[in-house]
Amino acid sequence: MSWEVVIGLETHAQLSTRSKIFSGASTAFGASPNSQASAVDIALPGVLPVLNKGAVERAIRFGLAVGGKINRRSIFARKNYFYPDLPKGYQISQYELPIIEGGSMTIMVGDQEKTVRLTRAHLEEDAGKSLHEDFHGMSGIDLNRAGTPLLEIVSEPDMHSAAEAVAYAKTLHSLVRWVDICDGNMQEGSFRCDANVSVRKAGDTKLGTRAELKNLNSFRFLERAIEYEVKRQIGILEDGGKVVQETRLYDPDKDETRSMRSKEDAMDYRYFPDPDLSPLNVSQQWIDEVRTAMPELPEARRKRFVEEYGVPPEEAKTITDSKDMAIYFERSIRRLVELNPAEWLADSDEGRKWYGQAIAKAVTGLVAAQINRAETEIRDYPVSPDQLALLHARMMKDVITSKSAREVFIELWEHPRNDESAIDEIIEKRGLKQISDSSEIEKIVDQVIAANEKQVADYKAGKEKAFNSLVGQVMKATKGKANPAQVNEILKRKLAG
Amino acid sequence: MLNLTIKQLSAELAAKRVSSAEATGFFINRIKALNKKYNAFISVDEERSMAAARAADERIAGGRAGPLTGVPLAHKDIFCAKGWLTTCGSKILSNFVAPYDAHVIQRFNEAGAVVAGKTNMDEFAMGSSSESSYYGPVRNPWDTSAVPGGSSGGSAAAVAARLVPAATGTDTGGSIRQPAALSGVCGLKPTYGLVSRYGMIAFASSLDQGGPFARTAEDLALLLNAMAGFDARDSTSLEREPEDYTRDLAKSIKGLRIGLPAEFFADGVAPDVAKAVDGAIAQFKRLGCEAVEVELPNMKLSVPVYYVLAPAEASSNLARFDGVRYGYRAPEYSDLIDMYKKTRAQGFGAEVKRRILVGTYVLSHGYYDAYYIKAQKLRRLIAQDFVEAFRKCDLIVGPTSPTTAFKIGEKAGDPVQMYLSDIYTIAVNLAGLPGMSIPCGFGGGDHPVGLQIIGNYFGEARMLNAAHQYQQATDWHARMPQGIAG
Repeated sequence: MSWEVVIGLETHAQLSTRSKIFSGASTAFGASPNSQASAVDIALPGVLPVLNKGAVERAIRFGLAVGGKINRRSIFARKNYFYPDLPKGYQISQYELPIIEGGSMTIMVGDQEKTVRLTRAHLEEDAGKSLHEDFHGMSGIDLNRAGTPLLEIVSEPDMHSAAEAVAYAKTLHSLVRWVDICDGNMQEGSFRCDANVSVRKAGDTKLGTRAELKNLNSFRFLERAIEYEVKRQIGILEDGGKVVQETRLYDPDKDETRSMRSKEDAMDYRYFPDPDLSPLNVSQQWIDEVRTAMPELPEARRKRFVEEYGVPPEEAKTITDSKDMAIYFERSIRRLVELNPAEWLADSDEGRKWYGQAIAKAVTGLVAAQINRAETEIRDYPVSPDQLALLHARMMKDVITSKSAREVFIELWEHPRNDESAIDEIIEKRGLKQISDSSEIEKIVDQVIAANEKQVADYKAGKEKAFNSLVGQVMKATKGKANPAQVNEILKRKLAG
Repeated sequence: MLNLTIKQLSAELAAKRVSSAEATGFFINRIKALNKKYNAFISVDEERSMAAARAADERIAGGRAGPLTGVPLAHKDIFCAKGWLTTCGSKILSNFVAPYDAHVIQRFNEAGAVVAGKTNMDEFAMGSSSESSYYGPVRNPWDTSAVPGGSSGGSAAAVAARLVPAATGTDTGGSIRQPAALSGVCGLKPTYGLVSRYGMIAFASSLDQGGPFARTAEDLALLLNAMAGFDARDSTSLEREPEDYTRDLAKSIKGLRIGLPAEFFADGVAPDVAKAVDGAIAQFKRLGCEAVEVELPNMKLSVPVYYVLAPAEASSNLARFDGVRYGYRAPEYSDLIDMYKKTRAQGFGAEVKRRILVGTYVLSHGYYDAYYIKAQKLRRLIAQDFVEAFRKCDLIVGPTSPTTAFKIGEKAGDPVQMYLSDIYTIAVNLAGLPGMSIPCGFGGGDHPVGLQIIGNYFGEARMLNAAHQYQQATDWHARMPQGIAG
């Protein structure tokens, strides 16, 4: 039997406002317990909520980024339940009329594009934290997080594999940072995903019974939990059983999900409009102002990079995963166009694309690798976009080889300098200038041929590989500084001779 | 001193014929002597009050006094006042000392008024008799076997017994006007949104509104001047230009159109109340007012609508009293759920529990549409009735309560009878309109009768004008209960 997996995600993104959604207390992470809980946050008798406009503005930014409908009027509702870290005994959320409805995101699964529709996004407040350790049989309550603004983003059940769910989550994660509404820090809980997972027989139109997976605080856990859960549900169905609608917790240590509460235990939250807050009215003027201040969105930028700079789609995707990376990339190209090392391509589409592809390759290759290895971010990367452009200009002008360029990278990584002149100074100082004097190369080729009789014989017997080995020997002898095209040409001529 | 109005006391203070310390000491002594009899106060803090009085005297000496500087006022124990026990009449807050001032308290502090004490009330303002307080029932100064009305009965009784010249209260369904009527004093509930609810412990947020008690309309105007005004900490507070509510007091009310809704004079009203109210209407006519018949056809639905909406909001508003962060916590419990259950079972009284249950029920899945949504629709119809009525008249007049003060214990076992005592006041809260009650005579047993005056939105100045003119021509408001001498 063939099964179809159906997944929808609910994501809580903490909005990056300095103060809370309904009080003036700070939202900074990591303060000592209850030091950032105001009278409103601890729900003293008589206190009232006042909406933080910054949270609304961020919700509007998100709505514009996903092409959703921004409701001119939305309603805050109370979600009533008792829990010690929920001081009021209710959470202020949006229920029947959320601020954002609809919208969609394009995700890349491999090199395939896919559209995931969004159901809604609504504003709400975060709860505090219960601390169950260190209190000798009791629990501690930290209300610093209580009242932190959240945007809950709900997708349609448009994903059909763990890989798609992860691609969606990553795209969303990158988008909320791109439009500057959430810092995306998953360890600190700024970006949290729950997954609704069900399976059905291939071809069925009715959705299967779903389980809601919680505690997925990394992309890896999201993937593992869905994979486990899909296997579990298929196992039940293939044994003739029924999947129970429930909430399941992912345990990363055991790599499994386990039941937290079933639908029968589901609470009646008794939602009703919060009488302490008037309906939220968003004027068209406000929406227009926010729109004007919006950056170019990642999808648009990705497409532009493909078209304008000839970047392969997958590389364009990697570059536009973060706004800083995209800005770095484009700044570097612009500098390279200014430097214009390949004069014959000046001001042509081909020229720009040639430059673009070269920079894209560097950014997604060496630059990305160095950043990943050092676990840092592009904003802290010691080679500036202008330096990267100049380095390419020097390669394109045959001043240095790509191998020597790597040495410049490493030098800059170890001894950061942000002036452009650093490039030529390093080339000079380390003697990296390319050898293009053909008589010098010919001398070295002669030596290599003389010292490698076997490879020469093999080549003459038709073994192409032997040729590469000989080229390698020449490059080694010149410490990578010989012009590779010249080496090829001279070697071929001499071996034929 | 005993019978000075705020206006008069203020003049005495300004002329330095009397100091705030003397005035405050006088009233604190009265409270100490008479509170056993009326049980109008939950907290008195002589030291704190006297310190405030001395500060007020310095301010007066420095020439920085306003009309309320040095005037002792009592506040319903629903308002948070920094450093004061603030119980809301409940065991569950019986140990809660407020760490901040309500907006209303802050405004009075800024005006230099002195907090003379915190008054008794129905638990969480739920009641019409001030019998449901954890601190015992309040007694009516006109008849100590009768209730003073509620829920702000402590404030009404305190003003009636001259324990303070004036006090504050809150009105969710009549909790200022009805006790004002039953205790023979003046009370005003402002337009919803005029007085900030910040620091006023919420019962039903969409209906609650703070307001003053005093013995004259003129004093109400002076108090309202201090209480009213925009507060950014309350999202339902209305941003508008401040008004001087005393500005129109002296205006003639000749030609003022007084609306008389037939619904206010139907079978439910007791004959002695009807007689006194008719007398007041005749007086208004003598003052040149024109009586106009109006209709409020949906008003009869106001009690059932109110008893869906107010408990719904209350069930959620009172969820914060869970024993976790402040207030009473049951001494023994086995786990978290048990702690919640025991704390709330022991901490809340019967009427509060009844309303939490009703509110929880009407918000439950499957009942929400039939109760809550329907009640909201009816609320709009009730409000619309008033809009229509105010096309034909400037003020609406009628009885505040269908009966005069009833006996303590008389209705305590019959919640529906108790709820019906607010039948003339509730619709005003549902519509968000301002309303007031002033003394207009006496009924059986020499119990006071209150006249309700309802204004259009922000019609406080006009209401106060009519009430003041009425009080210039009559002396019902100046009558004093027997046996308050101490």
